[in-house]
Amino acid sequence: MLKIENLHVNYGGIQALRGISLEVPDGKIVTLIGANGAGKSTTLRTITGLVKAASGSVKLDGEELLGKSIDKIIATGIAMSPEGRRVFPDMTVLENLKIGAYLRRNKAEIEQDIQWVYSLFPRLEERSWQVAGTLSGGEQQMLAVGRALMSRPKLLLLDEPSLGLAPLVVQDIFNIIREINRQGVTVLLIEQNANMALKIADLAYVLETGNITMSGTGAELLADERVKEAYLGKQN
Amino acid sequence: MIKKRSDLKTIVIGMILIAVLAVISVGLEGVAKNVKGLSIMMAVMKKGTVYALLAVSMNLLNGFTGLFSLGQAGFMLVGAYTYAILSIPVAKRAGVYQYYDGGIVNFSIPEIFSGFLGDTIGPVVGMLLTLLICGVLAAFLGWLIGLPALRLKSDYLAIATLGFAEIIRTFIQYESFAPLTNGSNTLRQYPTFKHLYPYVIVVGLCILFIVLLVNSTYGRAFKAIRDDEIAAEAMGIDLAKHKMLAFVTSSFFAGLGGGLMAMYMSSVQAKGFTSAMTYEILLMVVIGGIGSISGSIIAAFLFIGCSEWWLRFLDDSANNIAGMKLLAPGFRMVVFSVVIMIIVLFFRRGIMGDKELPDLFKRRGKKAGKEAVGE
Repeated sequence: MLKIENLHVNYGGIQALRGISLEVPDGKIVTLIGANGAGKSTTLRTITGLVKAASGSVKLDGEELLGKSIDKIIATGIAMSPEGRRVFPDMTVLENLKIGAYLRRNKAEIEQDIQWVYSLFPRLEERSWQVAGTLSGGEQQMLAVGRALMSRPKLLLLDEPSLGLAPLVVQDIFNIIREINRQGVTVLLIEQNANMALKIADLAYVLETGNITMSGTGAELLADERVKEAYLGKQN
Repeated sequence: MIKKRSDLKTIVIGMILIAVLAVISVGLEGVAKNVKGLSIMMAVMKKGTVYALLAVSMNLLNGFTGLFSLGQAGFMLVGAYTYAILSIPVAKRAGVYQYYDGGIVNFSIPEIFSGFLGDTIGPVVGMLLTLLICGVLAAFLGWLIGLPALRLKSDYLAIATLGFAEIIRTFIQYESFAPLTNGSNTLRQYPTFKHLYPYVIVVGLCILFIVLLVNSTYGRAFKAIRDDEIAAEAMGIDLAKHKMLAFVTSSFFAGLGGGLMAMYMSSVQAKGFTSAMTYEILLMVVIGGIGSISGSIIAAFLFIGCSEWWLRFLDDSANNIAGMKLLAPGFRMVVFSVVIMIIVLFFRRGIMGDKELPDLFKRRGKKAGKEAVGE
């Protein structure tokens, strides 16, 4: 579905990505793990057009995305839940969801998708009239994911959905990500919490200072000694 | 924009409200005519109405879109001068432009309209059309200024717009433009609305438009930009386009409000449109609640009422306190400042916060509804 080839990105005077290539197959969960500053967020931001690439190509179903404006990219079927959640704090939960459907015009379909998001996150329905800034961290993360789903994406990009959340809540979020994937949305997940991410991923890539150094299925990387040492912490 | 049923409801309610307020203002005028000491009330109501529009237009930008702009006085000035220049009767131009041979504009839009619509309807149509031109010119200027200025953020945008407003003021007083603008002399003797109700109707319709805009998808995009620009961009909202839309719309209504202001003051001079005027309006927006339209309206009337009317007695040096001559002309402004400080201290988010008047009733209704369901 998504194919990135030899992508170079310069960001604030440094080479953030030094020619990465990766593939996100249809219907799968793919994760990109790596330490702080490895270029994970830059990758996502480049896909959505928030950051301009120096060279390379990003294709969705064969269609080149680089050089397109953000609204065009979103219209092709990509949605992002940004790092740090970034819900609109002074707007209600419902308004936040409606903003997610900003580029869509069909009122009936939007209404239907609001119900879909509510069925995935029943907590959001309970709090639909609450101002988003007053939600708990976990609820805000749910809202950020729900908001991204409101554009009916083929590909959902998640940037650090576990950031700053309690382990139990993280478990909840990851269960829902799996459920969303089961309902037909392809997911590209970026995580520092490599353990959780690798457990649900079909495919995984390791990003180190702008280069992809390893790739394989989630289970393979989970068992890999080098990954264990660098990202999972030696256990037992 | 008008597709939803809720919009239709807003329009109907808004229209009825405007009609009711217009009828009340006619009634008030009748009462004020017969009661001594109430003539100042009518002046306060007129000024308050004009300022309500100016405050709401500023709130659209500063409160709803989060663009901290201080160019309001500049756009008002453009509106006020446009109105005056285009509507001074031809016969009176020689007197107004006495140093510049009657100026270079030798037509008057209200007069042109009275030419073929009659003397009763013609001038009114002409005046309304001139007001519209005021708005359009200010909006065009807003677009021009917005091209470079909207690249800036927060305080820097405020400084830039403040600068542009000052530039406009200086330009208008520039001697070479004097045949058009009368230089630093006053423009006067143009037709004005004599009664309160036309102000109420014009301002009411403008505010209704802004309410519909704020409740539309555009309005939601404005609020998203205010809350988090990056997230808004990630939702596919075109930042530059929406910021420009908010800026131009706000300029339009500031210009139109400037035209109304010219009418209220019955003579205009560029010297008066200083940045202090912008601050007054900003104060109304803050006191009323940033992001609340009804708050801005309430604050505009309270502000004007307080500064022009209710505290007047403090200026009268005949009213002594314990035999001391404490009260002197200008003293009311001292008290007024204290009142504002108290309001800001106790209502940090303004009188209304970001709520609207109908919300206050809705909240109560919802609670009652939940209790009925057994929650």
